[in-house]
Amino acid sequence: MPRKESPLQSEMLQGTLDMLILKTLVLGPAHGYTIAHSIEQGSNEVLQVEHGSLYPALHRLQKRGWIASFWGTSENNRKAKYYRLTPEGRNQLAAQSSRWEEVVRAIGRIMKPVAEK
Amino acid sequence: MKWFQRRDTADDEQRRELESYLEIATDENVARGMAPHEARAAARRKLGNYTQICEETYQMNSNVLLDTLRHAAQSLRLIQRNPLFSVFSLLTLAIGIGANTAVFAVLNAVLLKPLAYPQAGKLVSVQHTAPGAPGMSDASSDLRMSASMFFTYYDHNRSFENIGAWTPTTATITGLGDPEEVRVIAVTDGLLQTLNVRPALGRWLLKDDQTPGAPAVMLLSYDYWQRRFGGDAAVIGRSIQVASLPREIAGVMPKGFRVVDTDTDIFVPFQFNRAQLILPGFFLRGVARLRPGQTIESAQADISRMIPVWMDSWPAPPGVPPHNWERWRITPTLRPLKQDVVGPIQNGLWTVMATIGLVLFIACANVVNLLLVRADARQRELAVRTALGAGHGRIIAEMLTESMTLSFCGGLLGLGLAFGAVKLLVATGPESLPRLNEIGLDARTAAFAFLVSLLAGALLGLIPALKYARPAVLDSLRSEGRSSSLSGERHRTLNTLVIAQVSLALVLVVGAGLMIRTFRALVEVRPGFTKPETVQTFRVDIPPQLISDPGRVTSMQRDIAANLEAIPGVSSAGFANTLPADGQPPFWDSIGVEGRPLPPGEFGPMRRFKFISPKFLSAMGTRIMAGRDYEWRELLEKRNVVLVSDNLARELWGTPANAIGKRILAGPAFEVIGVVEDVRDNGIQEPAPATVYWMPGGQGGPAVRNASFSVRSSRTGSEGLLRQIEQAVWKVNSNLSVAAIQPLSDIQRRSLARTSFTLVMLSTAGSMAVVLGVIGLYGVISYAVARRRREVGIRIALGAEPGAVKQMFVGHAFRLTIVGLGVGLVAAAGLSRFMSSLLFGVTPLDPATYSAAAAILAAAGCLAGYLPARRAAKLDPIETLRSE
Repeated sequence: MPRKESPLQSEMLQGTLDMLILKTLVLGPAHGYTIAHSIEQGSNEVLQVEHGSLYPALHRLQKRGWIASFWGTSENNRKAKYYRLTPEGRNQLAAQSSRWEEVVRAIGRIMKPVAEK
Repeated sequence: MKWFQRRDTADDEQRRELESYLEIATDENVARGMAPHEARAAARRKLGNYTQICEETYQMNSNVLLDTLRHAAQSLRLIQRNPLFSVFSLLTLAIGIGANTAVFAVLNAVLLKPLAYPQAGKLVSVQHTAPGAPGMSDASSDLRMSASMFFTYYDHNRSFENIGAWTPTTATITGLGDPEEVRVIAVTDGLLQTLNVRPALGRWLLKDDQTPGAPAVMLLSYDYWQRRFGGDAAVIGRSIQVASLPREIAGVMPKGFRVVDTDTDIFVPFQFNRAQLILPGFFLRGVARLRPGQTIESAQADISRMIPVWMDSWPAPPGVPPHNWERWRITPTLRPLKQDVVGPIQNGLWTVMATIGLVLFIACANVVNLLLVRADARQRELAVRTALGAGHGRIIAEMLTESMTLSFCGGLLGLGLAFGAVKLLVATGPESLPRLNEIGLDARTAAFAFLVSLLAGALLGLIPALKYARPAVLDSLRSEGRSSSLSGERHRTLNTLVIAQVSLALVLVVGAGLMIRTFRALVEVRPGFTKPETVQTFRVDIPPQLISDPGRVTSMQRDIAANLEAIPGVSSAGFANTLPADGQPPFWDSIGVEGRPLPPGEFGPMRRFKFISPKFLSAMGTRIMAGRDYEWRELLEKRNVVLVSDNLARELWGTPANAIGKRILAGPAFEVIGVVEDVRDNGIQEPAPATVYWMPGGQGGPAVRNASFSVRSSRTGSEGLLRQIEQAVWKVNSNLSVAAIQPLSDIQRRSLARTSFTLVMLSTAGSMAVVLGVIGLYGVISYAVARRRREVGIRIALGAEPGAVKQMFVGHAFRLTIVGLGVGLVAAAGLSRFMSSLLFGVTPLDPATYSAAAAILAAAGCLAGYLPARRAAKLDPIETLRSE
């Protein structure tokens, strides 16, 4: 299946995308386009999300009960499906971020052992 | 309950969401200054594969089972759309799976299911080997128990919960209408207790019933009770005349109860008088139930130490030293009882199962060929679907679902076929199959059919799926399906399948060929009698309770024989104690030869003893090689004359002619007056035993009370002859029963039954394999012709001779066949030794069979190639080139 993927994105772990989506929604409900853009811009365009892959992820999170959706009207008056964080999602995000930080610290220690001293 | 939401609704929601994304993104792009349609295209690019997103989301929501069912429904539609393909594949699979299921049903009932006794795994048969017993070909591997042996084990063993012994016999029942001969099983104490099946009605045979002088009792089998007494419970306590002795009916055994492998009508207890027992008399079959914690090995060690005890505890016959049997080297051998029941059919059944499995494989290969060809034709469709966003997984799943649907429909049909086949088999009732009444389709058989369907489906689906799930999208789209001939790799798959088919077919044809040679070798053996289909045989029992004087027994039998010979169309009639291979227990003993004394305490080799009347040999068609037959006069005068078999005469005196006038010693001296052609008494596959023929009731032996008559008549088997035979017997005594009426050919057929059963199965499997293999080869060559039409057209247009074109394709077929044959010959040589126990008169590596089988397949292969090749040669080049 020919699907163009930027190197960084293909290496992006699935769980990470979920976490980023949750993080984006902390600021308030958003629709798919906004979420994709927030992630791309928030990372200074380093993380390129293929927007299409966002939707299955949103669906998955919704099925798990971490986010909920509703139809609303967008800034420029289009009908759009909005997603918001559920309390459960909030807990999940907290858990995931702390694990993430742990992992990042661990990897950092390995990659730069001298600088750590 | 999102699982059940309709796909339309779910898709619609997803599409609306993606649509809204596109609108928003387009707006943004326009705001950044793009032209509207360019903006929309950019948004789409950014979004990625639209269909795939819908698909992925949809699959997340859908239930796997529902989805599979939906695929299956789609597959069924596909099946409907290609009726020819579908009918062919379904039939192939149905026959393949059906045949396998039917054979498995037999295998399961006969070999795998435990015997119908409680805790049957604990039951062992008690047998002996006596490698030192000279001349007794059937005793060296399987010596039965004597009554004294049984009591020794019964009293002293430490390994058995119970041990019992039994032997089948027959008896005439009188006083219930016409005298009737019934099957009897005589049992010792412990036999029923060992098998541990309680009577359905009344009581068991108990230890007291076995005491000499105790009131005579018996048990009825369920079938006999139903047949003779209509299942009347009031029969308990009633007395009936068995062999002219009144016996009280003590109970009825439950339905289907049989002792090891033997059905019977009644069970009677032995009443051995221990004080009169001696060492020999080896006629009992032993059964024992192991104590918990005992194994066959430990029990064997336990009773092996009892052989010396046995020899010390019982008297030998007069004139024989008690330790005479030491030289026989009698060793108990315990075997799981099931092995006794299943007997020699085991090997044949596994062979048949293996062959039928191979046939299924060949059948599957054909269907795979078809699926591959079809998948090839669908390559473009698959490429388009891939381009539109169908994932590999989805395509593989779809192909697997299709093949599974196919194979399960085939399996269902096959189960139906197997049901019919098993019904038919049980109805025809081949005698070589033990436990026939237990054969049927049960849960395990159904599970087997399911498993086979599953395997077949996986095989069918995986090969095409692995080959085609990743179509080279761009290639196949660009080439527009025109010139795309099969790629080398795909060709290799088809060719490999065909080679496998040819080689497996060869293995099966070789197997069938070996069985055909075996059968012919058996038929060509001179069994010691001629034209068995014109010999009518039957048994007449004259029990001592009816006629006590042995001399009168013999004269009555002579009268019966005379009456028989008076029947029109009867050329000769006589009787003997046994017929060849009729399963009656044989007599054995050693003889002395005049002028060749043995050292004291030594005994000569054991010889088969048969007791025959005058004219018996001529009724059987047994030739007299030298000398002459007895005459009735000699029999009635009790002259000391005897006949011997050809092999015995040659062993003792060199030639048959030399034997005439010599004397053998058995008590008094007997003069040899005739030498008789060898008779294969132990079955056609076994060598003829060295035999001494005594006159019944003469000096050489007792009267034959249970005599087998044989009557040579062209009217054998006709109702009229049977009535006349009964009259001939009843004229002498109306209390006699005429039993076991059958042509001699039936006895012979039964001894060939295992061979013919295996032969029929293997030949069927072999021919199926050849036909399927040829179809496979034909299909592949036809396909090659079809794919290379353009090429062939060009060749012909450029002046290629039709002959050369033909040769090209026939050569292709021939090459595949030759490779298949090569592989097959090696495989056949390796596998055929597993069937060596089934063969007779032919080695597993018989060159004639191998070359004939290879020639048949080579010819079939060329034919399969020739038909499509001829079509190719007739192609009209202009038409071919224009058509594309």
